[in-house]
Amino acid sequence: MKLKLGVLLLAIVFWSSSTVSAAETKDWREGLPFNLHGFIEGGLGIRTQNDPNQHHDVNYSELRLQLEASKALESVEFKLRLDLFRDEALHEFNSDLREAHATFTPSDILDLKVGRQILTWGTGDLIFLNDLFPKDFQSFFIGREESYLKAPSNSVKSSFFFEMFNLDLVWNPLFNSDRFVNGERLSFFNPFLGRKTGEREEMSSREPETWFKDSEIHLRAFKNVKGYELALYGYYGFFKNPGGFNPAGEAVFPRLAVYGASVRGNVLKGIGNLEIAYYDSLKDPRGTNPNVNNSQFRFLMGYSQELLTNFNIGFQYYLEHMVQHNRFMANLPPGAFAQDENRHTFTVRLTQMLMQQNLRLSLFTFYVPSDGEAYLRPIVDYKVSDAWSATVGANLFAGDGQSTFFGQLDDNSNLYARVRYSY
Amino acid sequence: MENFKLRNLFLVAGMLIAGWFAGPTSECAAQEKSLSVQEIVDRSNLAAYYQGNDGRAEVNMTITDAQGRTRERRFTILRRDTKDGGEQKFYVHFSRPADVRNTVFMVWKNIGKSDDRWLYLPALDLVKRIAASDKRTSFVGSHFFYEDVSGRNPDDDKHELTETTGQYYVLKNSPNNPDEVEFSYYQLWLDKQNFLPIKAEYYDKNNKKYRMVEALKIETIQGHPTVTEARVTDLASGGNTVSVFSEIQYDLGIEDSIFTERYLRRTPRRWLK
Repeated sequence: MKLKLGVLLLAIVFWSSSTVSAAETKDWREGLPFNLHGFIEGGLGIRTQNDPNQHHDVNYSELRLQLEASKALESVEFKLRLDLFRDEALHEFNSDLREAHATFTPSDILDLKVGRQILTWGTGDLIFLNDLFPKDFQSFFIGREESYLKAPSNSVKSSFFFEMFNLDLVWNPLFNSDRFVNGERLSFFNPFLGRKTGEREEMSSREPETWFKDSEIHLRAFKNVKGYELALYGYYGFFKNPGGFNPAGEAVFPRLAVYGASVRGNVLKGIGNLEIAYYDSLKDPRGTNPNVNNSQFRFLMGYSQELLTNFNIGFQYYLEHMVQHNRFMANLPPGAFAQDENRHTFTVRLTQMLMQQNLRLSLFTFYVPSDGEAYLRPIVDYKVSDAWSATVGANLFAGDGQSTFFGQLDDNSNLYARVRYSY
Repeated sequence: MENFKLRNLFLVAGMLIAGWFAGPTSECAAQEKSLSVQEIVDRSNLAAYYQGNDGRAEVNMTITDAQGRTRERRFTILRRDTKDGGEQKFYVHFSRPADVRNTVFMVWKNIGKSDDRWLYLPALDLVKRIAASDKRTSFVGSHFFYEDVSGRNPDDDKHELTETTGQYYVLKNSPNNPDEVEFSYYQLWLDKQNFLPIKAEYYDKNNKKYRMVEALKIETIQGHPTVTEARVTDLASGGNTVSVFSEIQYDLGIEDSIFTERYLRRTPRRWLK
C-alpha cells in the first residue's frame, strides 16, 4: 500500500514537472515582491530486510515542496525557507521550517543573524566534533538529501570581525536537540530496556524546555593564516542527543561543555584537517554515574585529494576516548553494555564524476573496527537537466553488536530513490 | 554534488574577469618585431589576466552537448589582484541553475604553491575546502577547464614563435611535464595589437586537434580591450560551451575583505548587482 502511494507520488512529481516546464517560458514569478525559489521532490525508500520492530518495509515515502522566499532591503535581509510535505510513511501532512531569519550589519565589524537558521562549522566530513548545532540523523539514515542532516536552530548569531581574529557567538535561548533515532522510523537499541525497539516503543525523552534557563552558547574564534584556517571552539549546553536516562526510563540530555580547536589547509596535493574536542560531562565529572555519559576526548584527522581527473578520494580517522573508563567500568550495572575506552572510526569517501559532471557516483564508508561495525552510503546522482535531478542510493548498516552505533541500526538498511525539480 | 562541479571554477574566474576578456590597455601600439618569445608570453599573461586592480562581470554560460541539449550556468565573478602578475583572489557567486543558487566559490590564486579554494553550500551553511590539484578538469560541467580561465602558468610550457602574421603572433606551446596534462601541445594566436589570446587549438599525442578555445567578441571597456564572448569546442565529443560576459567593470575598489569566510556565508550584495 505504502509502496504504491510512493510510486504515485513520484508519478505526480513527473507530471507536475511537465506542466511547470511548459509554463517556464515566461517566468511565473515576475511581479512578486520577493525572490521565490525551491523545489518539488518525491522520495521513496524501503528496507532491504524485514525489521521485526517495524510494521512496514517503507520508511521513507514523501512528496515535498520547498518554498524559499528572500527579500533584501537597504540594511536588512530576510529569508524564509519552508518545507511542506506529505509523509506517506507516517500517514501525515507535515512541515519543516528550515530557515526564517533576518540578517543585518549594525557595524562594520559585526554581522547579526537572528531567527531560525541552519548553522555549520568544523572541519569533519559527516563527522562533527565542535559543531554542536542540531543534526537530523533520522533524515540522514532514511535517504533524504544530505543537507537534511542539519536541522535548524532558533538562534541569535553574532559574528565579529576584528583585525586579529574573528569571533562567532551563537546563542540559542532554548536548547535545540538533535533529531535523533527514536524508533519511529528506524529501530534502535534502547539501553534502558536493554534491547532493540521500534515504532511500538518509541523512546520517550525529557528535553530541557525552559526558555533562557536551558539556553545554549556556541563560540568560535577563527583566523585565516596564509590559507590555513585556525579555529578555537567552545560550547555550553546539553548533550544533543540522549546522554543518559532518568529513573523513569526517559532519555535525558545532561549538561555538557565542549572545548576544541581545528586547523585546515592545503597539504601535499590535497586538503588536510585536524580537529580536537573535549566533551566535559558536567553532571558526571567523576565518571561514576552509569546513567550519564562520561566525558570524552575526541580527535579527528582527515585528508582529501583529486586523485585522477574527476575522481576524488577522502580519508578520515576519528577517535572517541572515554576519559574515566575505569570508573565507568567499576560503576557499570550488571548486564549493562560496556563501552570500550576507545572507539576508532575510519571513513573513506570516493567520488567519481562522469558525463560532463552530470553523473556522480559516490560511496561514503564508515568503518569502526573497535566495535566491529560499518555503515555504507552509496549514492548515484544524475542531473537530467538544469531543473531535474534523480538520485538512487542506499544506507547499509552492518555490525555484530546490537547496541553499537551503526550495528544497532542493521535492521534499517534501506534503498531509496528521489526525483527533484528545482525552480 | 555541486562541489565537484564547482571545483574548477577558478579557471573560469580568471578567464572571465582577468583572462580572455581583459586585454591590455596601454599596449595597443604596434609592437616592434624585436620582441622575444618570452616578452610576448609575459605581456600576454599580464595583459590577459591582470587588467585593472580588480573587476567584476556577469557570466552566462551555455553548455551544449553533442546531442544539442543545453544547460545554463549564470554567475557573478569578482576579482582582485594582490600583486600584478602574481597572486589574485576570485569570488564567484552562482544564481543559476536553481539548485546551485547562492553557492559561492572562492579562490586565492597563489604563485609557487597550490591555490586555496573554498566552496560555500547555503543549504548546509557549510564552508568546504576543495583540493586544487587538477586544473584541467571541467569547470562547473562546462567545456572550459579551470586552467583556461585562470590562466595557465607560462612557466609550465616551452614556447616557440612559429609565425608572425599581420595580425597575430602564433605560438606553439609544449608542456614541461607532459604527464600532467592531456595535450601534447597547443597553438595560440595572440593579437599583436593588444596581446589578447584570440584562439587556442589543442593537439593530442597523435597530433590530432581535439579542442579549441576562441574569443568570439571583443569590446573595449574602460579602455581595456575585453573578450565579452568566448567559446570552447570539444572536437572529440562535439559539445561546446559559450560564455557571454556582461556588466563588466574594472577598478571598482573591491576590498580584500570580500574574499574571506565572512562573505562566503553572507552575500556581499553591494558587489553583486
